[in-house]
Amino acid sequence: MAVNVDIQKQLGDFRLDIRFKSSARRIGILGASGSGKSMTLKSIAGIEQPDRGIIEADGRIFYDRERRISLKPQERNVGYLFQNYALFPTMTVEKNIAAGLKGSRKEKEARVREMIRKFRLEGLERHLPGQLSGGQQQRTALARIMACGPGMILLDEPFSALDMYMKDQLQRELSGMLEEYPGTVILVSHNRDEVYRFSEELLVIDQGSIVAEGETKALFRDPVSREAARLTGCKNFSRARRIDAHTVEAADWGVTLTVKREVPEYIKWIGYRAHDFVPVWETGGNGRMLPFTLEGIAELPFEKNYYIKTGSGATVCWFVQREQEHLLDEKGMPLFLAFNEDKILFLK
Amino acid sequence: MEEIVKILEELDWSPLFISLKTGIAATFISFFLGIFAARKAVKASPRKKAVIDGILTLPMVLPPTAAGFFLLLLFSRRRPFGSFLFEQFDLKVVQTWLGCVIAATVIAFPLMYRNARAAMEQIDMNLVYAGRTLGMSDLRIFWTVIVPTAGPGIASGTVLTFARALGEYGATSMLAGNIPGRTGTISQKIAMVIQDGDYLTAGIWVGIVMIIAFLIIFLMNLISGKKMKHIGRW
Repeated sequence: MAVNVDIQKQLGDFRLDIRFKSSARRIGILGASGSGKSMTLKSIAGIEQPDRGIIEADGRIFYDRERRISLKPQERNVGYLFQNYALFPTMTVEKNIAAGLKGSRKEKEARVREMIRKFRLEGLERHLPGQLSGGQQQRTALARIMACGPGMILLDEPFSALDMYMKDQLQRELSGMLEEYPGTVILVSHNRDEVYRFSEELLVIDQGSIVAEGETKALFRDPVSREAARLTGCKNFSRARRIDAHTVEAADWGVTLTVKREVPEYIKWIGYRAHDFVPVWETGGNGRMLPFTLEGIAELPFEKNYYIKTGSGATVCWFVQREQEHLLDEKGMPLFLAFNEDKILFLK
Repeated sequence: MEEIVKILEELDWSPLFISLKTGIAATFISFFLGIFAARKAVKASPRKKAVIDGILTLPMVLPPTAAGFFLLLLFSRRRPFGSFLFEQFDLKVVQTWLGCVIAATVIAFPLMYRNARAAMEQIDMNLVYAGRTLGMSDLRIFWTVIVPTAGPGIASGTVLTFARALGEYGATSMLAGNIPGRTGTISQKIAMVIQDGDYLTAGIWVGIVMIIAFLIIFLMNLISGKKMKHIGRW
């Protein structure tokens, strides 16, 4: 199991240039809309044609410009789950599942029955997609893909059209259903929670190229590039000036931070997640902490967002979860926000 | 009233059968040609599409007599194509029932084509992509996914095509003429009896056409209403 993608495509002003190799079973691709992540997935499936490059999966060459190879989507044996599931609206559930099957009628019927059972669609065989719930539609779409025995499965933003409750439920369902699937699965999403939850390895795409890649959890801990940090949910950025191996100045915030870790030479930005600030009520933190100058508050169901104005005019967000709010109720607003040095992100 | 009964008793029903036969034949041809052309147009590049579209829609915009003029030029036995058809295949178009069918098809075809094309353009491309990744051939995707999904548009195109073919007058009168019992369609019959001042017979024929029109549309709505369950109601 391995995927090797190295493709380029020019679309007007937009340039897609994606290179990655991975042998992970679950690969996530994180990117904003219009970053080229869907285009990458469609190129792997053969729905879109790159201008040049190579696409290889499990030792099979799907596309090789130099050798003039380009398998049709029909020949690639890749399952593609569309955001809207793309169920055939005039076909019943069982006809949808049978749509791509080859072989005798008997074999097809047996396969459809097996899928119906496996994906808990009993009783819905004669229903049209329009009569199904979101979850049933997803199961039908997945049953239709699995019926063909795909060598690889591509999930294209499968949850982004759903409300939060449904999203969680369908994510759990999908993970469960894919558990036994031995092949590679690639999930494309703009939602960091989805990819964090799903993927072993993560690629972060911005404006047509990969800005970060690596083991998912490690990448969230240390995103390396500013774009990757932003896409993984980091809210606060400041320009950084490296003073020495263990000291760095966050220019936009007016603070100088001393750390035990080594500050990398490449550092251009410092990132800090809004949840990671530590409130300080004592005086004396000047120069190492952010003075707490409140600009505004936004109240959410499970947390409060505080917006702090820094000396240079930049705004910093501090998210306080509900369990911690009692501290603020008791002690009042803090004087400073301190940094936990392990949580500081050094970024390119 | 007695007069009407008398006319009905003595009525030559041939225009009805000629019109129905012509309408059915023209609709049958237009149905497949129209869907085929729509498929080509949807797949073509924008520039090609504009050209195809222009040519195929022309008969609908042109006055039918002008279309009839072109058809006459093409099929006249004194012209190369017409004489070729006659000598090689013994086919006579001018002044024959075949002429009726060709005239009606040419005039009604754009309705089928345009409706089918509009319906296909509405289709979510992901359905096509999904079919491809599932290993279905493009032809199979077309007949089992696209055509049924575009069903309502294609059905209404078929109804309109039939209605238009049934009532065709201008091009038919030029190409096929009005030979009673052979090419005399209802429209031509109505025009003829009006010229003789026989308003009663004309009125009876108008009534017959209206009944047919209502029946067909009612029938099609019934069929499409049953088959198109997946489409939501407003």
